[in-house]
Amino acid sequence: MTDETKDVDQYSGVETTGHSWDGIKELNNPLPRWWLYVWYMSIAWAIIYMILMPAIPALPGLGTNTKGLRGHSDRAEVAKAVTELKTARDAQSVVLLDAGLETIETDRTLQQFALAMGESAFGDNCATCHGAGGRGAIGYPALADDVWLWDGSLDGIEYTIRHGIRHDTDDGTRFSAMPAFGRDGLLKRSEVDDLAQYVLSLSGRSEDSEAVVRAAPIFQQQCSTCHGANGTGDRTQGAPNLTDAEWLYGGRVADIEATIYNARNSHMPAWDDRLDDATIKAIAVYVHSLGGGE
Amino acid sequence: MGSTTLIEQTTELSAPPGGEPPRHEDLYAKRKQIYPKLAHGKFRMVKWIVMAVTLGVYYGLPWVRWNRGEGIPDQAVLADFASEKFYFFFIELWPQDIHYMAGGLILAALLLFLVTSLLGRVWCGYTCPQTVWTDLYIWVERAFEGDRAARMRLDNAPWTASKLARKLGKHSVWLVIAFWTGGAFILYWHDAPTVASGWFTGDAPLTAYWFAGILTLTTYFLAGMMREQVCTYMCPWPRIQGALTDEQALNVTYRYDRGEPRGPKRKSEGWDNRGDCIDCNQCVQVCPMGIDIRDGEQLECIHCALCIDACDEIMVKVDRPKGLIAYDTQIAVAARNEGLTPPKHRLIRARTVVYAVVMLAIGGLMAWGLATKSTIEVNILKDRSPPFVTLSDGRIQNGYTLKLVNKASEPRTMQLSVSGPEGLSYKVIGMEHDGEGVLELPVEAFGVDRYRILVSADPGVPRRQVIFTVRDGTTGETDVNMSSFRGAEQ
Repeated sequence: MTDETKDVDQYSGVETTGHSWDGIKELNNPLPRWWLYVWYMSIAWAIIYMILMPAIPALPGLGTNTKGLRGHSDRAEVAKAVTELKTARDAQSVVLLDAGLETIETDRTLQQFALAMGESAFGDNCATCHGAGGRGAIGYPALADDVWLWDGSLDGIEYTIRHGIRHDTDDGTRFSAMPAFGRDGLLKRSEVDDLAQYVLSLSGRSEDSEAVVRAAPIFQQQCSTCHGANGTGDRTQGAPNLTDAEWLYGGRVADIEATIYNARNSHMPAWDDRLDDATIKAIAVYVHSLGGGE
Repeated sequence: MGSTTLIEQTTELSAPPGGEPPRHEDLYAKRKQIYPKLAHGKFRMVKWIVMAVTLGVYYGLPWVRWNRGEGIPDQAVLADFASEKFYFFFIELWPQDIHYMAGGLILAALLLFLVTSLLGRVWCGYTCPQTVWTDLYIWVERAFEGDRAARMRLDNAPWTASKLARKLGKHSVWLVIAFWTGGAFILYWHDAPTVASGWFTGDAPLTAYWFAGILTLTTYFLAGMMREQVCTYMCPWPRIQGALTDEQALNVTYRYDRGEPRGPKRKSEGWDNRGDCIDCNQCVQVCPMGIDIRDGEQLECIHCALCIDACDEIMVKVDRPKGLIAYDTQIAVAARNEGLTPPKHRLIRARTVVYAVVMLAIGGLMAWGLATKSTIEVNILKDRSPPFVTLSDGRIQNGYTLKLVNKASEPRTMQLSVSGPEGLSYKVIGMEHDGEGVLELPVEAFGVDRYRILVSADPGVPRRQVIFTVRDGTTGETDVNMSSFRGAEQ
């Protein structure tokens, strides 16, 4: 290499690569060669990886993706990990099977275990409807407050989880049915509207005293059997208390009118044959701890 | 089109004057093997001592025991990930003390800044692991292959049984050192005697084998093969130097005011009209970075001061004063070159004072924090969903999870009291309580206990803070924490 054939930058004294853009030239300050070797090594590694591991997706005509010599499958790994987790969990959750719910809640070790297990199981199975932390939603009871349709005790909560509410295939399910007073023609439209005012008056919110007076006998005749003469509800039949500030399906006039007219009978599945005993007990303790347990 | 014209112009511009296309240097440069010669002298001795001390600390520290009491690891320095604790002699850090870790790193960085502005790159030259292990590896290399000239001869010689034996011996010892280095690292994360004996019976955790393997390889390659390239190409520190050092920092400096004009000298010639540098190249030969210190400040220079030793040896031989290469400041050399008196070297300058003051402040704060560290702690996690619920009687309820931390080695009972919104009452799940006053909660030894607590208050009160106080009835230790109370303002 002679000086005449080199293109040397006059300012820095460094040879250029010969590349030039609008007169701007690139200086050639060489990279260390091992750098290049590292790059070659990563290419070699990529090829080895493609041979060993699943790498090429299912292209048309290929049918399936390449499996790789190691036969690795993320799906199988996850299935294996889940099975292992289940085994490990079962070994621990056995302590919940032998203990009563009261004991679980008052024993520090059992309580911590049940709350952790219950929180995660609740998140997987219950939070879809009842919301994270049992915050509830329209049509789905809040579990963090102290209002209970059926039973807020530990045993009561466990029973509800096991048998569900209005769950067709469970004989022990909690069942009640409010008639659709308007739709089925039991009451006239005007009577339904008057009744709504009466129900509002139970929590002191009605502004139509005449309607309340008109509806009083209808309430006693049609509603008091389940909701009680004072509207305070009856837990044995899951009839809500109408005098408190909680409204499962909304507390506006229109909401209440719609409830009386169409009736609302929502469902909760029975979890008895979907979850194992330890999980159900853990969820019961967790729900009981959310804020309103009795 | 305009772009075509541009390209044509460019082609024209880049064409060489002779019309012939230029030939080019390769885009990638082969590493030039460096054969550092053994230096003798003051700084070489300092480096041997620093090497012995730093390696001794690194290899030996995990074996030092420190009694902390029953059931607690007795290893003086241990990062115990399994039980989420970090032990350093009398200091014991929990995950929530992570800011001490950050503080320690900040202190280390500031110390590096301070030392750099005082004495230049002493970190690079003496204590950086890359420097220390490379130095150790070169020492091994020298033991097997001889000093600089012998090593160069050997590398150029054809392969013989003797050459093979020397090379094999060198690499074997390197690998043993590398393995020992990787092995010592894992001892900091587990009980050292257990993991050391478990290692050879196959009982050590898989991660221990992984990390030991990785560090064995990195030590072998970085100290054996890569050496100066790590400093020049991989390490960001030389680049940061530009911002930290200044013309007043003491750096390994060739005093060109005294050395130039340089040139070879016969015994018969005098010292008039020439510099003290006789161009013997000893400073270049001992340099582990393969540079010439006489070219001035360079990114590659790690300031190991071996060239000072080499030059001083020659200066004694030619009967000139030592210190042609010495720790000096740029400002002093420049002044002497102009014939002026160099300014006195000032250790106390604005930047050194600032570094020192900040270090003292942070160090003091940490020491104070550690000295007054409580063994009792309450942390509160407020329920985010639901933020609050209205109870059937109209009261507002908020849920919290209390985490009670007991850093003492005995289980104890903590007295919890809660204050806040008017008409407040509270209950703890699983505990008997009348809703007000103090509630006693047991907390396990050396651990964290969680309690779920429900606080309720009348609606409409303006005060929205709940204060949780825990107190150890026997020792009187107290910790207070607060959280918000939502929903009451409605």
